[in-house]
Amino acid sequence: MTTENLHLEGAPFLKEQNRGLYEPAGPKATYEAAVRSTENNREITDAIPYWQDWRNAAEQIKTFAVANLDKLLVQFEQNITARGATVLWAETAEEANRLVLDIARRHNVKTVVKGKSMVSEEMELNHAFQSAGIRAMETDLGEYIVQLAGQRPTHIVTPALHLSAEDVGKLFEEKLGEPFSAEHEHLTNIARRHLREEYLKADMGMSGCNFAVADTGTLAVVENEGNVGLSTSTPPVHVALVGIEKMLPSIDYLPVFLNLLARVGTGQKLTSYTHLIHGATPGKELYVILLDNGRTKILQDPAARKALTCIRCGMCLNVCPVYRRVGGWAYGWVYPGPIGSIITPHLVGLKQAGTLPFASSLCGACSEVCPVKVDISHQLVHLRHRAVNEPSPANSLIDRITWNVWAWAMCGPVRYSLAAWAMRVGMRIIGLVPRSLHVDKLRAWTRGRELPPLSGPAFRTRWMRRRTDRKVAELRKDVCGSCCAACGLAKQKKNESNRP
Amino acid sequence: MIQPANTPAPRQDDPPYRPGEPVALFIPCYIDQFYPHVADATVKLLQRYDVPVVYPEAQTCCGQPAFNSGYWKESKRVIRHFCNVFEKYRWIVSPSGSCTAMCRVFFGHVAPDERIVSIGRRVFELTEFLVDVLGVTDTGATYPHKVTMHNGCHTRRELGVVEQPLTLLKNIRELTYCELPDMADCCGFGGTFSVKMAGTSLAMGETKVENIVKSGAEVVVSPDASCLMHIGGIMQRTPAAQHIQIKHIAELL
Repeated sequence: MTTENLHLEGAPFLKEQNRGLYEPAGPKATYEAAVRSTENNREITDAIPYWQDWRNAAEQIKTFAVANLDKLLVQFEQNITARGATVLWAETAEEANRLVLDIARRHNVKTVVKGKSMVSEEMELNHAFQSAGIRAMETDLGEYIVQLAGQRPTHIVTPALHLSAEDVGKLFEEKLGEPFSAEHEHLTNIARRHLREEYLKADMGMSGCNFAVADTGTLAVVENEGNVGLSTSTPPVHVALVGIEKMLPSIDYLPVFLNLLARVGTGQKLTSYTHLIHGATPGKELYVILLDNGRTKILQDPAARKALTCIRCGMCLNVCPVYRRVGGWAYGWVYPGPIGSIITPHLVGLKQAGTLPFASSLCGACSEVCPVKVDISHQLVHLRHRAVNEPSPANSLIDRITWNVWAWAMCGPVRYSLAAWAMRVGMRIIGLVPRSLHVDKLRAWTRGRELPPLSGPAFRTRWMRRRTDRKVAELRKDVCGSCCAACGLAKQKKNESNRP
Repeated sequence: MIQPANTPAPRQDDPPYRPGEPVALFIPCYIDQFYPHVADATVKLLQRYDVPVVYPEAQTCCGQPAFNSGYWKESKRVIRHFCNVFEKYRWIVSPSGSCTAMCRVFFGHVAPDERIVSIGRRVFELTEFLVDVLGVTDTGATYPHKVTMHNGCHTRRELGVVEQPLTLLKNIRELTYCELPDMADCCGFGGTFSVKMAGTSLAMGETKVENIVKSGAEVVVSPDASCLMHIGGIMQRTPAAQHIQIKHIAELL
């Protein structure tokens, strides 16, 4: 583990960071934890007979919200401003960082306590705080661990999913000077003891937001550790970071989302705490920063729009066979897993993230569990289509030529047969070459798998032969008896006629 | 309990199949070349129910490899060829779930054209055609072996075909059905994925093979031969699994 801050500035990934995408390089703890979460969540969702109705309702509400984002955002701003909050709009992550730092300067902030926020990760806010000489402490246990280790989160709900209890025990021993322990309860108590002091010292508290309700101007934040409650209410200033897609039209719709999110996110019926923040506490300040950072670009693309309905539950990560094996860092940016593969290319551009949509076997396990029914696996193919046609690392002339030749060969039976013949010859030759000499693309397959066997002539050949045989037999039937007395059919006919 | 994100694209099974109506066989390219006996078995199976089977000889491929790789223009050319070949047939049956999904679900993504979409919806996966269209649940076959089944992800999640192959399999006489742990997990093939992300694909396949060994089966069947191609290729390299055979479900029925 390094002490270096690995938060990346911008997204210069797709070099070192996503090497894991091509090889299963994730820590083993990731696989086990993801499988365990999947099983827990399945158990709790299977127990709800009307689960599919909830999903359908959530899908419709979110689709409506995303389609009416312009109106809902303004409504939300008006309502929460009326109760003393200050709403600020940021188009980019840099702008949002500037706004946060301005607020910090205005209130003379030295230390900040932070509740968990994916938008903060997206902004690389900790990095910005560090450069401005402000001490920022993550208070969510997982985020705290990851921050202490100088790493980045590998999961959007459980940031330290990749670390086992032993890893955390060793980390606390090294960084906090605590005696080693691998017991969850003991570890939690250590973190709690260290964090309590921070809340009291902090000049500013930060939080994310799970749902922003337009008709009441409410921020809904869910959590399990009490840290969000402390972060938002103890310090004199509270800054909430809200992605603009978080809108819900009405507070009446909130319960279905609280029910869904807790169940798929953490396998609970409801999270331990649900905070509804309607405005600023008298004597304290509340700032709400609404961040776009590329979300309106997703809105413009009808094939991708549904990705904005994501409620960041992390279930698609848990079920994804690729995520389970490569781990969160392989995806190179803030959002890993299938949802990351569809939103990252929009948010940072295909030029940088063009290979992400290819990090999937298209098995559709993600779409199957998504609580708001985002068609993730279909969007992946749509993005692949864009990635090979627009400037991106997936755009390759050799591939284009190959697929053009392939398409030519597949557009006629004679060409097809010719290509099949060439393939058969090729496979025979490959069979004679030792595996160690195979070219990269071939070795990719042959290093752990045998090539499929060539078992005799193709079906098409067999069918045609049979058809020819049938025709010959029919012809013979017509002329038999006159042409060749020796043939079997003539004998048979003779026998038949001899019968009484 | 679990429903895919997208309601599966509707198949065209109305008006119902009338006995004697010809059925066009769509034999995907890899079955044609590597597993011709699967196609033979499909023909025999359908003929057993007096279905007049036609094999349009100009057929090639459904366009899926290029589609999944992002080359939609190239894929569209192949789809057009497919539609020209199969246009005159009302019923099209294929012994491959993933190619059927390509036709029924994804033709509309590449070519949102009424004619192409309607032809795509006439394509049926073999077990789906037997159970849902012909009403067959027991083919009267006998197969005295221990068998487990892996269903392809496209068959399961894009077509929603889950129970049909299982019903047919479990009704085979003298067959011992072995439960496959984590049956719904992907085998890691994913077409070009298996080459583009070979290491991850292989790791997924190895988990699948471990589970097959755990199930205690002697034979793995699937309604999708492309998964079997991948699983079989790995099993040949896995000493603990070398005795296990791969078979398409049509070969057993």
